[in-house]
Amino acid sequence: MDWTLLIYKTVFLVIILLVTLLVAMYSTYGERKVAAFMQDRRGPNRAGPFGLLQPLADGVKMFMKEEIIPLTANRILFILGPSIAMTTALLTGVVIPWGDTLTIAGREFPMQIADLNIGILYVFAMVSIGVYGIMIGGWASNNKYALLGSIRAASQMISYELAMGLSIVALIITTGSLSLHEIVDQQHGMNWNVFSQPLGFLIFLTCAFAETNRAPFDLPECETELIGGYHTEYSSMKLGFYLFAEYINMFISSAVIATLYFGGYNMPFIDQLGLSSNAVSLLGTFFFFLKIFGMIFLFMWIRWTLPRFRYDQLMNLGWKGLIPLAMFNIFATGVYYFFTELI
Amino acid sequence: MTFLEKIYLPAILKGMYITLKHFFSKKATINYPEQKREFSEVYRGQHVLKRDELGRERCTACGLCAVACPAEAITMISAERKPGEENLYREEKYAEVYEINMLRCIFCGDCEEACPKEAIFLTDRIVVSEYKRKPFIYGKDILVEPLDPAKRIDVSARQTENVLKFKEDNRYSHNK
Repeated sequence: MDWTLLIYKTVFLVIILLVTLLVAMYSTYGERKVAAFMQDRRGPNRAGPFGLLQPLADGVKMFMKEEIIPLTANRILFILGPSIAMTTALLTGVVIPWGDTLTIAGREFPMQIADLNIGILYVFAMVSIGVYGIMIGGWASNNKYALLGSIRAASQMISYELAMGLSIVALIITTGSLSLHEIVDQQHGMNWNVFSQPLGFLIFLTCAFAETNRAPFDLPECETELIGGYHTEYSSMKLGFYLFAEYINMFISSAVIATLYFGGYNMPFIDQLGLSSNAVSLLGTFFFFLKIFGMIFLFMWIRWTLPRFRYDQLMNLGWKGLIPLAMFNIFATGVYYFFTELI
Repeated sequence: MTFLEKIYLPAILKGMYITLKHFFSKKATINYPEQKREFSEVYRGQHVLKRDELGRERCTACGLCAVACPAEAITMISAERKPGEENLYREEKYAEVYEINMLRCIFCGDCEEACPKEAIFLTDRIVVSEYKRKPFIYGKDILVEPLDPAKRIDVSARQTENVLKFKEDNRYSHNK
């Protein structure tokens, strides 16, 4: 048993878990600030300097709220729902390469918890399980709004997962690998996939919005029609878990987008700087997080710009728009590689 | 819809451009307790019953303000000045009770226009909120300005040149 590696992985796992939670926490703050700024307001600025303690205050408030489980609800499933949503949201971070390898005392430590050779498929699997949290929670509430919300969530997930998967197929044709680490390594320098797969990126981005239930695809929880959708009956920290899971999902999908399309921890002109390999790795991680925050900002920017889609528009866009487009993208990519490799 | 409208993207980018412009624009909100919105020079807020230079109450309880008041917010009971109270009241008759119901008052300023004794003025102070209706009936304890010359309430903003000229004009003067 390699104890050093085991300890390192455990410590790294805990760090990633904490960072994920921290980023998700401050995403709620960021969301409110971005929303306020885009509406010419100031946003939270009372708790601490610039309102930086606001997430803490929100968390405390969530814990202090009364815990209500409706009498007609299925108790076990009612509790299981948010747990699944939270767990699956956190599990995805395992395969994401947060940085290059660190060399400490002659040993190499990769800044990735598990370099699965089917990394992308693992991400998809986790995202698909995530919808069970919403479905079970909505169904167990025994409330028609919650049920409608969860049905919407399920059908939306299925529709957009297809287009998402297809857009990834085209990417895999380009990279020739399913391992996220390898995909990032291939994008060294400015060789980012977004330039070779712009259409695939747009499709993936749109689907990522739908998968994370963010506006303009937030139909499962749309406040105006379904008074909260699947989490109508939830209160206290169980509601907090659902809301929090959404922000974790946003963080993770931003990380996945940055990994797949924006070169992960790669940055331009890094080879010319002449830094030691450890410094390059750490700087790469820093840049990776910059890219992630940029993506998170894009998520929020879109949310506070666009109105919600109508349900038939959502289905039209998914089935009649994105899936044929993704198919075309696969075809075009395939044809391109068929002919270039022939020569 | 044309092709460009169907693919949504140009419209989305246009919308994002607009929201980004607002992201960097000046905020409409002000940080209230630290920073207060500037009032107009002639803002009409909570009333004050002025004293004269010697600290005597100017009000003579003539009731013109109550008559002028369109909201009927002012009530008063007059009393006769006793010998020895000359340092308290300027005229021989004074207001024993003077009450303004701040829930009725519409802050029009007709009372100060009607006043022949330059006794009542509206100031830039805000009437504070309360939980009950009763505290909104302001008596003389709140309305009359403090005796201490340092704590006198400045109403010079309400006495612009036009107002002073108007008050001096014999045709409109009630003060003779």
